Amino acid sequence: MTPPFSAALSQIGPDSDVVVTSRVRLARNIAGLPFVGRASNAVRLEVMRIVRRAVDHSAIARANREGLRWIELQTAPSRDRILLAERHLVSRHFAHSEGPRALALSHDEHASVMVNEEDHLRIQCLCAGSGLHEAFTAAFELESALADSTRFSFHPRWGYLTACPTNVGCGIRLSSMLHLPGVVIMKEADRIKRAAADLHLAVRGYYGEGSEAIGDFYQFSNQTTLGATEEQLLEEFHHVILPQIIGYEREARAAAMDRHRARLEDFVLRSNALLNAARLLTADEATKHLSRIRLGSVLGIVRVELATIQRLLLQVQPAHLTVVDPRATEGDEIEREVRASHVRAALAHPAQPPAQTE
Amino acid sequence: MKCDICDKAAVVHETLIRNALAVEVHLCAEHAIAAGYPLPIEQPIADIFPQLGEVAKVEGGISGGVSASVSVSKGKERVPRCTACGLTYTAFRKSGHCGCPACYDAFSPALDQVIERAQAGATHHVGRSPTGDGGANAERLQAMRAKLMRDLESAIASENYERAAKVRDELRLFDAPPS
Repeated sequence: MTPPFSAALSQIGPDSDVVVTSRVRLARNIAGLPFVGRASNAVRLEVMRIVRRAVDHSAIARANREGLRWIELQTAPSRDRILLAERHLVSRHFAHSEGPRALALSHDEHASVMVNEEDHLRIQCLCAGSGLHEAFTAAFELESALADSTRFSFHPRWGYLTACPTNVGCGIRLSSMLHLPGVVIMKEADRIKRAAADLHLAVRGYYGEGSEAIGDFYQFSNQTTLGATEEQLLEEFHHVILPQIIGYEREARAAAMDRHRARLEDFVLRSNALLNAARLLTADEATKHLSRIRLGSVLGIVRVELATIQRLLLQVQPAHLTVVDPRATEGDEIEREVRASHVRAALAHPAQPPAQTE
Repeated sequence: MKCDICDKAAVVHETLIRNALAVEVHLCAEHAIAAGYPLPIEQPIADIFPQLGEVAKVEGGISGGVSASVSVSKGKERVPRCTACGLTYTAFRKSGHCGCPACYDAFSPALDQVIERAQAGATHHVGRSPTGDGGANAERLQAMRAKLMRDLESAIASENYERAAKVRDELRLFDAPPS
């Protein structure tokens, strides 16, 4: 696996005070073949051959000396698969499911193609912060390069056909991972949920569909994929929807600073004290308190770099922790001890480069 | 039961969910076809449009001829089934996933309403269209189909009918109408 800190997840981009990452994902299926759910292993292997050939011969691969790495998940070690899921490069379902499936991944990990997930191809580009335009352009460059040698299933009325009929049309999913502790503190989560429903948005937890909102991180994405152009969907999500939700969060933070400053400082500084003192930490506990320090960093309550917190949010996850320190595999208590010790060291010496283990 | 539109006997019976209300649809063969419904297998298309009978016989190979779907009997209900991948409409409703591109036509018009509802009333794609010609992958698929045909022949020749049935099922997937 690559060094674990190149992912967009640990970088800083536009609106990073609220938006952690943004992603554009395109669902495509190869014409003339059944969808993955009804495909035999032989068909799934054929899908992999077609995509791999397209990836290797694509203009993207030719333009980029490094090309896209090809990772076959059915033979990849379990830890590598979990690392990919923790970096949000594959869904947890994809990491743990069975059968021939692969991930083509760019060197900087910003562009990737999941092969044989729910659809034959899920082309995705990830950017730090709210950089959706950048991700949009990159996703269509990759899609167009793959389309040079692959015919995608397309219907005159429904557009790009997908296994799940709710994704037809553009087959595009625009999403942003938002950090909304202000909204939660000000007890305005219901307002956000109502707004999301009115705007036809899906709201998911930290690890996507069916997961919980650990550390007040929420993933918002469009649900409409038909009846509008890709550009219209992007404009609506990026210039109408996102600013509205970011605005709610910033207002809530300002209101909390204004009216409940002591409560807010107490909330952040208790977490800071806990992470600086704890000898044993679970991943969820670490995520919860790092989330509060993230808020404190943005509001100037604690002096910890946002990039350090972003990196730690990734490193405290179970598989990443074993990259930081292999002793984390030696048992539950040692894992918690290693996590606590790593967090303490990183917060005490935030300027030092992260431990390099590869 | 009479057709909802004319006085002929209804052969297609479907319950649609619209705005959380169940709506029953009963149509005669003619109006069912006009509305895009597949016909139940007990009523071959040739019986209603005799001129199509010959075409159906000629084309009725692996892909099953003129219609993208047939209905299978399940008690008194008629359940549409995709002839390309074999998925029934009931199985689709259960999983929420189509089996292949041909399902979109096989399950029309019921599926159309599912999509329109999920897409806030949108009825057509207005975005981009594929740009590549996909020539290379069409060739590969053709080669894969040819290999399966050879496998099928050799399985039949060696009287390995279990294997032949499996290969035939896989082969059927290649004969889905182009999408």
